[in-house]
Amino acid sequence: MTALESLRGKVAVAGVGHAGLGAAHGYTEMEILAQAACRAVADAGLSMRDIDGLATCSSSATMWSMPVAEYLGLRPRFIEATMLGGSSFVSHLLPAAMALESGQCDAVLVCYGSTQKTAAFGRSEGVKARSLLDPQPYEHPYRPLQPITSYALAAARHMHQYGTTREQLAEVAVAARKWAQRNPEAALRDPLSIADVLNARMVSDPLTTRDCCLVTDGAGAYVLVRADRARDLPQPPVYLLGSTTAVWNRQISSMEDLTVTAAAESGPRALGMAGVSVSDVDVAELYDAFTINTLLFLEDLGFCRKGEGGAFVAQGGIAPGGRLPVNTNGGGLSCVHPGMYGIFLVIEAVRQLRAQAGERQVPGAEIALVHGNGGTLSSQATAVFGGPATR
Amino acid sequence: MENESRDAGPQARYFAALARGRFEVQRCGDCDRHQFYPRTLCVHCGSQALQWAAPSGEGVVYSFSVVRRKPEAGGDYNVALVDLREGIRMMSRVEGVAPDDLHIGMPVRARVRDGEGGPLVVFDAQGVAA
Repeated sequence: MTALESLRGKVAVAGVGHAGLGAAHGYTEMEILAQAACRAVADAGLSMRDIDGLATCSSSATMWSMPVAEYLGLRPRFIEATMLGGSSFVSHLLPAAMALESGQCDAVLVCYGSTQKTAAFGRSEGVKARSLLDPQPYEHPYRPLQPITSYALAAARHMHQYGTTREQLAEVAVAARKWAQRNPEAALRDPLSIADVLNARMVSDPLTTRDCCLVTDGAGAYVLVRADRARDLPQPPVYLLGSTTAVWNRQISSMEDLTVTAAAESGPRALGMAGVSVSDVDVAELYDAFTINTLLFLEDLGFCRKGEGGAFVAQGGIAPGGRLPVNTNGGGLSCVHPGMYGIFLVIEAVRQLRAQAGERQVPGAEIALVHGNGGTLSSQATAVFGGPATR
Repeated sequence: MENESRDAGPQARYFAALARGRFEVQRCGDCDRHQFYPRTLCVHCGSQALQWAAPSGEGVVYSFSVVRRKPEAGGDYNVALVDLREGIRMMSRVEGVAPDDLHIGMPVRARVRDGEGGPLVVFDAQGVAA
């Protein structure tokens, strides 16, 4: 057994919380982050004074972990602030697990908040600021509508190479909506048909507005502790069985094959560490910033062969009652997407494995796979969680 | 290479050549592979023995997307990824082709033109007058 494999099941999520989903009028992102953090800490049966590890990052503030520590009144012995875009709060799992297992700290709070929908400084200003602070001189002059155009380029290539259809992409959005209809916290719950997705306004071919994730506010948090301690806390422990992050490129123009993401590396590594195969996975939470993401990740993670993602999701394959429950909260497409969505993947997986997911509960779910994506198909982070009976 | 500034990094060197109407990319003197975009090391083998050369300019569309915009905002435009014969890929756009006529696999040829923010490499469908 490698040192990495020996971390399997050694830490557990003891608490989760969220705040400000949808539109957090009148609140700052720090305020809703702190509300989510307080809920996660309380859910874990702990107090903020017990938190001695902090993992967080922001898409605008480069030194974000310091104001968060200051605001929450923490003096963390472990800080993880790696910024990998939306996958960050999945990629924070492994370093946090190492810090807990080594004894560097005893309780890690992972947290994120954004008021991108209601803040005066909005998404368009953010895009403009990033083009100055983080220039991409070989892409920006061609005015890709980022991040949408990058994902559209991947979708177009997948359609060309494998015969994937817009209807199959639309299936992903329709399945997400059907799950959202079972989740009272989801932003969009009205019925959505394949035709609705196809007939929505085209943004960057072949993606319409309904192939794209929501733009919402929202904050999320979870608390990690060592497994032995988790068993003494109020909630059923959800064990971290495996976790890995992979980055192959940043820009879509530097991606070798637009139909294969670094999830093809992070997935097998995380599953290997967990000692489970995809056939053991009861529920999958896959970062669906755009409909093409879900197809790519189903293929790269090994749920189906390369090119067969479209067929996998067809006829409600990932909707309630389908072959694999995917994005059971409604996903970034229909539940919530505050700029970076990764933390909500973890929160939903934990709720499913605790059997606390209400009407959308996957019966008997014991193994959950979480997959975070960041940038423009750039960073890929996979985690495997097991329910209380898996350790 | 004429007019090459010995003090400029590869990015400035690339755009300076474009400003003179010349599209030049790097080829590694050690592994003999081309790379795009220009760097201070070879992304394939790590060597710093990089040379500049004008590519053939011939490529094929690897993927593309049409960004939809209201006519009053300037109308639709395409963003393409083009694979050059030298084995490199770059983001660009294909000019002079209606969105419906643009397709993956289409042969294209590079051309340097002035853009809003400076000189730019764009592509024309091969056989179509620029």
